[in-house]
This record gives sequence, C-alpha cells and structure tokens, in this order.
Amino acid sequence: MKLLALDSSGLVASVAVVEDDCLLAEFTVNYKKTHSQTLVPMMEEVRKMLELDLASLDAIAVASGPGSFTGLRIGSATAKGLGLALKKPLVEVPTLEGLAYNLYGTDKLVCPLMDARRGQVYTGIYEFIKEGAGWRMETVEGQCAVELSVILKKVNALGREVVFLGDGVPVYRSRIEMETEVPYGFAPAGRNRQTAASVAALGCVYYAQGKTVPAARHQPIYLRLSQAERERAEKEAKP
Amino acid sequence: MGVGNEEVKILAIESSCDETAAAVVRNGREVLSNVIYSQIDLHTVYGGVVPEIASRKHIEKINQVIEEALSQAGMKLEEMDAIAVTYGPGLVGALLVGVSAAKAISFATGIPLIGVHHIEGHISANFIENKDLEPPFICLVASGGHSHLVVVKGYGEYEIIGRTRDDAAGEAFDKVARAIGLGYPGGPKIDRVAKEGNADAIHFPRAKVDENEYDFSFSGLKSAVLNYLNGCQMKGEEVPVADVAASFQKAVVEVLVEHSLHAVEAYGLRKFAIAGGVASNSSLRAAFDAECAKRGIAFFHPSPIYCTDNAAMIGAAAYYEYRKGIRSGYDLNAVPNLKLGER
Repeated sequence: MKLLALDSSGLVASVAVVEDDCLLAEFTVNYKKTHSQTLVPMMEEVRKMLELDLASLDAIAVASGPGSFTGLRIGSATAKGLGLALKKPLVEVPTLEGLAYNLYGTDKLVCPLMDARRGQVYTGIYEFIKEGAGWRMETVEGQCAVELSVILKKVNALGREVVFLGDGVPVYRSRIEMETEVPYGFAPAGRNRQTAASVAALGCVYYAQGKTVPAARHQPIYLRLSQAERERAEKEAKP
Repeated sequence: MGVGNEEVKILAIESSCDETAAAVVRNGREVLSNVIYSQIDLHTVYGGVVPEIASRKHIEKINQVIEEALSQAGMKLEEMDAIAVTYGPGLVGALLVGVSAAKAISFATGIPLIGVHHIEGHISANFIENKDLEPPFICLVASGGHSHLVVVKGYGEYEIIGRTRDDAAGEAFDKVARAIGLGYPGGPKIDRVAKEGNADAIHFPRAKVDENEYDFSFSGLKSAVLNYLNGCQMKGEEVPVADVAASFQKAVVEVLVEHSLHAVEAYGLRKFAIAGGVASNSSLRAAFDAECAKRGIAFFHPSPIYCTDNAAMIGAAAYYEYRKGIRSGYDLNAVPNLKLGER
C-alpha cells in the first residue's frame, strides 16, 4: 500500500509518501509563504527524490479539516486534482485526528488545540487503546470548534494525564497552565504541529478499513458556517 | 512545440467568481465542450456573491465540471496539450480552487500548465464565434467587476485606455436593481423590465471624466437614481420601476457606446468587440449594432453563453499563450488584483 499525503490545514504545509509501514519521504515547511506557492513544488521535489511513479500510488490522503478555510481548500483542491488525474480515491483524515496521531501509543490523553480565531479552538480528545501488536486511536471527544475553557473542563473531568499540542498551544499557553487541573505536558518540536507523515500513517489505517471517497465527492470539514450564513441565521433567529 | 500546424487541445478551468466552469477547446476557436455550474441561486438571498460560499461550492463542484467537460468533448485527460486556468483577477478563495486543482492535474500528468488572465479570457471569447476576427481591435470589457476599454494590439498584447473610476458597469446594474426592488443579479433583471419602460421618461446624468475621455464613472448615475427614488418616496408617489430601469439603462448604454466608438475612431481601427457579462445586455448590443453599422465599423460580440464567466474563453486565450511558448510553474498563485497584460 502506497499513499501520498498532504496537510495544508494550518500554518504548516506538509507532503509525505508512505509505503506500508515505512515513511519514504516527508517535506514540511512552516513558513510565511502561501501554501498555494509551496505545496505542489514540494510534491514535485518529493516525486523527483523518490523517482516516484505516481501511478503506483493507491490513494491520496488529505487532512480534511477543520483548519484555515483557504488552507483546507488548497489541500482539498490539490488532492481532488491528483485524484482526478491519477484516477485514485482519496482518504479523508480529519485534521485533529492526524495531529493526535503524532503521539501514537502514548498512555496519556491527547488534546490537540488549533487556533480557530474568534476566541475559539478546533480541538478534540483522543486516546490509544492497546490492540494486537500496536494501538488503536479512539476518539474520546470528537473534533469541534469551542472556547478553550469548554475543552479544558472536559479534560479536567476525565481526570487523566494529558498532552497538549498544536498551534493553539502558544496562543493559549498561560490559560492552559492556569485552567488545567490534571497533570499535563506539551508535545515537543517535530511532534506538535500538523505533519503529513501522520496523515499518511492514519490514512493507511483508514485505507485498509476501506474508508475512501471518490475524489469528486470530497470536500473539507469546516466545522463552521461562513460569516454570511451565520449572520443570516442569527438575523432569522431574532423575533 | 507550440508552433506548426499540429492540433492543440486545451482543458480550461475557470473559478474566479461564482461560476465553476471547465471546457475543452481545440486550436483556440473550436469549443468541444463548455460546462458551467452557476451558483447564482446560492448567492441571490444575500444580494450578491459571498466569497466564502462561492469558494466552498467551487471545491464541491470542481471535479464534476472537469470530468463533464472531458466527457462531453469525448476526450481523455491524457489527450490534452495544456491545462489552462484563470489565476486572476477575482476572488482569491475562489481562484485558488481552480488554480490548485489545475496545478495538481498538470503535476500528475506532466501536461503543461498555463495561467490565464480572466479579462483576457473575456476578450478572447470573441474569437470563438468570429473565426476571422484578429487583432488589432478595440474591446469594451464590461461586467460586474470590470469596465475596461482596451486596445487589443495583438494576441496577448493589450493597452488599457479607459477604465472605471468607481463602480463597474455591472455593479451599477446590481445596485440600481436592488434599489428598485428587482433583486440580484441586476443586469438581466433590469434588461427585462426596461423593455416595458420609457427610456426617455427620466433624464439621468451621463458622467464625463475630465482627465481621461475614455474613463467611466457610474457612481454619480447610481446616486441620481437613488435621489430620484427618494424624491418619489417623499412625495408619496409610486416608483415607475420600468421607466427607472429603462432610463438608467439608457444612460449607461449611451456612455459606453460614446466612449467606445470615440476610441475606435481615434485609434483608426475599424473593428470593435464587446465582452463580459454586461455584453449580453440586449439594449447595449442593439445600440452598438446600430451605431457601428452607421459608422461602418465591424462589430463583434460573443453569444450570451460566452459573455458570462466560462472556461471556453480561458481555453481560447490560453491557445495563443501556448503558441508563444508561455507556460506556468507549479508555484502559480492566485492573484486577486492581477493587471491585464502582466504575468
């Protein structure tokens, strides 16, 4: 099984190729250049380095949201274009699941936090359950857009050690330190942001389970309405 | 590559505003398919295009329109000689969908990529049905986002001699239509209602721009219409909607015709074309038809289907870029305020 994976859901642009249980290449850039300028040139570099025959891929895995609306669409449109041209299905890996998979095998709870602006974070809570020769990632709290205190209360109620990661950590670090009542820690560099290697690894699990979608059908999970739709709904809700 | 007489087939993609479109065009002028998914109904309730909603719809529809365009053309992706895509001007989030998909397709197949200017596409729409039209000529580009008077010196060579100082012509149509209760999109609605009205009932001002005789200004006209509507309200009179529509439309048309044909005469070119959404306005076409016939100027205009945003026009423009050897890299970005004639 060979997968090409992309993640451009946040500040990081990341591309990886995984074959069975082996990472062949990963190219991750966390820099100010826009993803639309970096993503395909990065794929081209990986293709050249690996002398990769794109036809040998089984599927394209993509971080499917939530995240920056524009970033998600760049990733999704790229993945859809690849799927169309290569006639391969897509594997949708929810962004927060991909992030949590960075900490595969930990016995702590994993709580990824992405800065969602407007006083909210994109978050969820995950854990790893021993199964056979490895671990299976379980969702304790599904991905959502909420205020930080909402998720921290849930973390506290679970009463277990927790690892926080994601670009929401530097934004909310002092509040996390103040409001978290269970033992906690922060994931280190290399593990604390989106990485396409994790998207690919989890993508392989989903692919093996038959969880693929035709490229034409894929669209990102935004978790939020557009501002215009929100304002319209609010206006209609008022008597 | 790119010269000689070989056949050139281009898959073109357009997603700059609220139409998701793909087309297959042969040798720049023969449209093998032209698929347009219009989102207009989605935006009508908001009274205009909502960029985030448009972008979301593009991502949903993009593969479908591309696959449909190939299927209607009876061709496979691998048979294409180039992938063309609009990369500006337009809504950045909307543009990025087409640009990202086009780059991925180009990357996956090795088929060269050509980024196309949206307005260049509109101008090139004239080549599709007028097989013998060749530059140089003057072109008026008028749409919801643009009002340009352009000297088309050669394929891909433009000089903008006039532009709007404020609202685009189509924007003025939208704003006036909203004010008189016709709703969005304003262009076709005013065009229809105006047929029932008296175009001489109300005299609205025809704005001149002092510094440049070819520039346009429509905000004064829009204000005059709004003032007139206020006056009716103050006096408790019913607004003669059809008369307002017809009189407003006449004011826009007169300015567009006068400035355009003045340019045609001044530049000594006997060929004139119109392009863009406003170019499908029936009153504008009739006025240009009559005036060009009177002055012995050859008048070209695309069918309405090629006036609206579409990908066939992008394929037409891309063909001439292809012949010049112009190719885009995988770092092609969406440029929301891309200028005509720049790369």
